[in-house]
Amino acid sequence: MKTLFDKIWDAHVVSSVENGPTQLYIDRHFCHEVTSPQAFNGLRERGLKVFRPDKTTMTADHNTPTINQDQPVQDPISRNQLDTFAQNAAYFNMPLYYPLGHIKNGVVHIIGPENGFTQPGMTIVCGDSHTSTHGAFGAIAFGIGTSEVEMVLATQCVLQTRPKTMRITFNGKLNKGVSAKDLALYMISKLTTGGATGYFVEYAGEAIRNLSMEERMTVCNLSIEMGARGGMIAPDETTFAYVYGREFAPKGAEWDKSLAYWKTLKTDEGAAFDKEIVFESSDIQPMITYGTNPGMGMGINESIPTLDKVDEAGRISFQKSLEYMGFEAGEKLEGKPIDYVFLGSCTNGRIEDFRVFANYVKGKKKADHVTAWLVPGSWMVEKQIREEGLYDILTQAGFLLRQPGCSACLAMNDDKVPAGKYAVSTSNRNFEGRQGPGARTILAGPLVAAAAAITGKITDPRN
Amino acid sequence: MEKFIKLTSTVVPLPIENVDTDQIIPARFLKATDKMGFGNNLFADWRYNKDGSPKADFVLNNPTYKGSILVAGKNFGSGSSREHAAWAIDGYGFKVVVSSFFADIFQNNALNNGVLPVVVSTEFLAEIFSSVNTNPEVSLTIDLEKQIVTNNATGNSETFAINSYKKDCMLNGLDDIDYLLSKKDMIEAYEKAIK
Repeated sequence: MKTLFDKIWDAHVVSSVENGPTQLYIDRHFCHEVTSPQAFNGLRERGLKVFRPDKTTMTADHNTPTINQDQPVQDPISRNQLDTFAQNAAYFNMPLYYPLGHIKNGVVHIIGPENGFTQPGMTIVCGDSHTSTHGAFGAIAFGIGTSEVEMVLATQCVLQTRPKTMRITFNGKLNKGVSAKDLALYMISKLTTGGATGYFVEYAGEAIRNLSMEERMTVCNLSIEMGARGGMIAPDETTFAYVYGREFAPKGAEWDKSLAYWKTLKTDEGAAFDKEIVFESSDIQPMITYGTNPGMGMGINESIPTLDKVDEAGRISFQKSLEYMGFEAGEKLEGKPIDYVFLGSCTNGRIEDFRVFANYVKGKKKADHVTAWLVPGSWMVEKQIREEGLYDILTQAGFLLRQPGCSACLAMNDDKVPAGKYAVSTSNRNFEGRQGPGARTILAGPLVAAAAAITGKITDPRN
Repeated sequence: MEKFIKLTSTVVPLPIENVDTDQIIPARFLKATDKMGFGNNLFADWRYNKDGSPKADFVLNNPTYKGSILVAGKNFGSGSSREHAAWAIDGYGFKVVVSSFFADIFQNNALNNGVLPVVVSTEFLAEIFSSVNTNPEVSLTIDLEKQIVTNNATGNSETFAINSYKKDCMLNGLDDIDYLLSKKDMIEAYEKAIK
């Protein structure tokens, strides 16, 4: 009896180091401009080639502008990093390289699935912690450092210690107006940012089964925010229907063969996990964060915990966090004015997120004092926004659409929230300075973000 | 990679929990294409004012505390997978980070750069903070061979865990790529077998 994780892991073991890590074969490597240059340098220094160039997909996304992408990048240091990325793609003969402006360009964790690179049963890595996103397809997907990027480029393998397994089950159905993002923020608020460290998580239960692929990606994406090595969901008809027909998905007889295998990818009844956690989906409300890590979240109608609710060792950090945010312990945040709204990122930059946002703002007007950055996760998402008529709805409500990239999620480009300003953000991290030095981030789902953009305040979208 | 065998040093205390990699090295410093110079920007937003002058209240700017061991609150290195965090810590001159708990990816990145993450119990961590608070000259000794960390103020010590492969790499200054390259035949055999 095996778990889903065990089945995929065991199928990728090349060798095991005695009393040490496992040598794991990697089926798909995603690569971006920020965490790869030192890895390519390493190959050059050792005189090595890329071992399997067709198993690496390259896209520029982290350090890219979200306007005027057809023009040369203004910041010379950023431009150099993008040029280096291009030079590495050329020097090492990488066939799957998608620079700025390419139709397949976009946020790495968005273009992977939408082009069919991401498939059930795979091992997937990228020099980015949100690689956990791809686990939504029933894959073992996790973030790695640059030394490990070099290992994958050189050998198509990494050395990994086998993580423990955890199953998190969501019983019942989600309440109306509650999204996958709310489910994930709720879970992280209960487990804390280190609550799943050392574990690989499988998500299960009725609420998970009912999620679309986009929503499943949002949940798996946030696995790392509770410290998990990754998160995964067993593939089912929803998964197969999503993958079918995508450019790099198997075709014809290969599809039939793959599908037969994918259908075996589920946890056997009675297989044991190192840890099991169960939540009732009906307990989950629309969520916001109030602090400086994703575990500091609460229902939108709730109050920030009072100091006596925080364990003693954590009080300095808790107070430091509230001071940074300009909030008081015990305070309610509903109705608080906000300055910025960011819709986008590998967490919520997919077409469904734009549909939810557009559906809410349709026929309404953006609050004048709010700066809103709407950043599609890829050019394919951008194209779909236009084709579905969402672009017109958004512009009529006073919103502009920017060009794809990671943008204000990590603010490496010019999309920085100014010091002291509040941003309701659909991204994944509310760390100090994450969206710009001094920026104050409130994480939320696309629906809460839409409501905030219209009212200019933290607003329960159900009202 | 440099060898790591044994180290005795005074420590720099950072009693903050959940120190994420965005604090260790903010994203705007990730535009470099080499591994050099990150030490100057270690903890940049806690360490410098907007005009670049040092913030007097941050521990790295306090001459009382120095040494090549950083001691931090639990869940150190959470968040982004950026190896730049390990390069910044190494570049600044830290050889060891002591905490009661590390995030997984950071731990791997540190080990791949010859920086030793040492996991101690919550109680031992509190004792170290208390000793340093009383006397900043207090030192710790990290003995990798024996896997023992000693608080030289109290003489108390604890053993710490590290898998024997990684220990061997640290003691001998070897990295994973050398190991994997030596397994090329097995990798090709694996690829044939799955086809």
